[in-house]
Amino acid sequence: MNNTEAGSGQYAKRSAFKAMWKQLQKNKGAMIGLVIIGVIVVVAVVSQFAFDYERDIIAQNVANKLQHPSLEHPFGTDALGRDVLGRVAYGARYSLAIGVVSVLIALVVGVVLGAAAGYIGGRFEDVVMRITDIFSAIPSVLLAIAIVSSLGKSTFNLMVAVGVASAPSFVRVARASVLTVRGEEYIESARAIGMHDWKIVLVHILPNCLSQIIVQTTLRVASAIISAASLSFLGLGVPAPAPEWGSMLSEGRAYIRDYNYLMIFPGVAIMLTVLSFNLIGDGLRDALDPKLKR
Amino acid sequence: MALLEVNNLRKYFKTSRGMLHAVDDISFTLEKGKTLGLVGESGCGKSTTGRAILRLIEPTSGAVVFDGVDVTGLNSRGMRRMRQDMQIIFQDPFSSLDPKKSISHLISEPIRESGIIRDGARIEARVQELMDTVGLSRRLINSYPHELDGGRRQRIGIARALSMEPRLIICDEPVSALDVSIQAQILNLLEELQESQGITYIFITHDLSVVNHISDEIAVMYLGQIVEKATADELFRNPLHPYTKALLSAIPVPSLGDRPERITLKGEITSPVNLPEECRFRKRCREAGQECSSGIPPQVEVEPGHFVACFHCAARAG
Repeated sequence: MNNTEAGSGQYAKRSAFKAMWKQLQKNKGAMIGLVIIGVIVVVAVVSQFAFDYERDIIAQNVANKLQHPSLEHPFGTDALGRDVLGRVAYGARYSLAIGVVSVLIALVVGVVLGAAAGYIGGRFEDVVMRITDIFSAIPSVLLAIAIVSSLGKSTFNLMVAVGVASAPSFVRVARASVLTVRGEEYIESARAIGMHDWKIVLVHILPNCLSQIIVQTTLRVASAIISAASLSFLGLGVPAPAPEWGSMLSEGRAYIRDYNYLMIFPGVAIMLTVLSFNLIGDGLRDALDPKLKR
Repeated sequence: MALLEVNNLRKYFKTSRGMLHAVDDISFTLEKGKTLGLVGESGCGKSTTGRAILRLIEPTSGAVVFDGVDVTGLNSRGMRRMRQDMQIIFQDPFSSLDPKKSISHLISEPIRESGIIRDGARIEARVQELMDTVGLSRRLINSYPHELDGGRRQRIGIARALSMEPRLIICDEPVSALDVSIQAQILNLLEELQESQGITYIFITHDLSVVNHISDEIAVMYLGQIVEKATADELFRNPLHPYTKALLSAIPVPSLGDRPERITLKGEITSPVNLPEECRFRKRCREAGQECSSGIPPQVEVEPGHFVACFHCAARAG
């Protein structure tokens, strides 16, 4: 082996993100999911400027109520005469915000606790994991209901409730992946060069758990959106008259026989959002596995 | 003065059934620039010994004196500095390299971590120099471990260990995961490095032909204890301990004529949990007698530099 080889066929510097993105592009499902999410995000942003909340989204106009879809109201109007298109578009803001923020809460709490439990082990791990067990023994919707009813009904409390309810799964995923990585010889190798524990966790352990955590995050956003919509459907989520998709479903329920579009449009919106996040999550899982690279 | 002095090193693990004696009262000294081969079957505590010397596993008791400093007494800051002098090469080049990091990151990490070089360009130059030293083509600098074969990965592991210019490297079965042809390359590389840089090795292996090739001295371990220790030539020419004899007789001999007798050990290795105070090898030893259950045989120097821990052979030779 000599160095005249240098230059010819040199391996280029590659960033991990670029490599992942290149992989992800090969995955049709993930790309469709990304496009749909992109559209939903654009809609959510545009609706902020296109509609006036007071005038277009919540103002009641009973004379105009329950109109079937038409050119003027492409998605029809609801029982209080509000434009369903505007409300569905505006509702994207709620679902996305709740999904992302609640999962961020769960992510931070869950990964810190789970990684610490996995790395430190011993009594600390036992305590954390038993508490996690207790939390996950309670059905997550029930837990969220309990939290919302004790904290009061507001969008932020809903985020906290959904976040706390999904934290246990992050604790588990983080701990499990830290445990598998911790036993690897390269962790011992890092200790052999005198690296500090916290740096080992940051530089060697978490990057190697990242794929599981990222996948878990994307999939959890999807289920957080469903939980939030369910809570709103039950009247425990975003307070009326805000156009949250779940509460729109609940309001449209009484009219499902004659005015099914009242439920179809918000329902489809929820479905597309959740499906897209799931597709992206699956795509990321494949893209982040270095052994599948080629 | 010896570079490394290990005195009464012990490592016990607590298990549900009692104390597991992984390393039980090991002592040896090692001169600068020499190689000590540590051989024994799986589970005899040879890897644990290596890790306890580096304090990757905290030893239960005993002293590890490196160049006059007791490593076991160092605080974490002192230990960090000491790690520059004492490095390790791992057995499995597939799990000892972080799959998410490029070759350049992996080799430069010890340099950056210890802060011996701080200037980025000089670190890069040093990485390239190390890659030349261990025979890695420079074009691989931005590749990732999973793109390389076992031999190249092990060269990365060696470059990592060399990067801090250590005086002692513990080689924990560095070739047992590699193909035979590549084993020879890596062993030759290690020998060249020893000649050019005067590095001292502790070479842990279960492969006697490998250990004979590279070692100056060989220590044979059984159940956490050194049962026999001598220079490589002496041990192969004149093995005394029944266990060493059995190990040596297991080496295949390429001859058609009369074969030396093959000594087959009966039974399994004794469980290292809650050991009685007797010769560890007694239950599998064909020469065992009354006195063997009377206590742990002490190490006796039967010839200059040739130590053996066995009641029979010590008496016979003495």
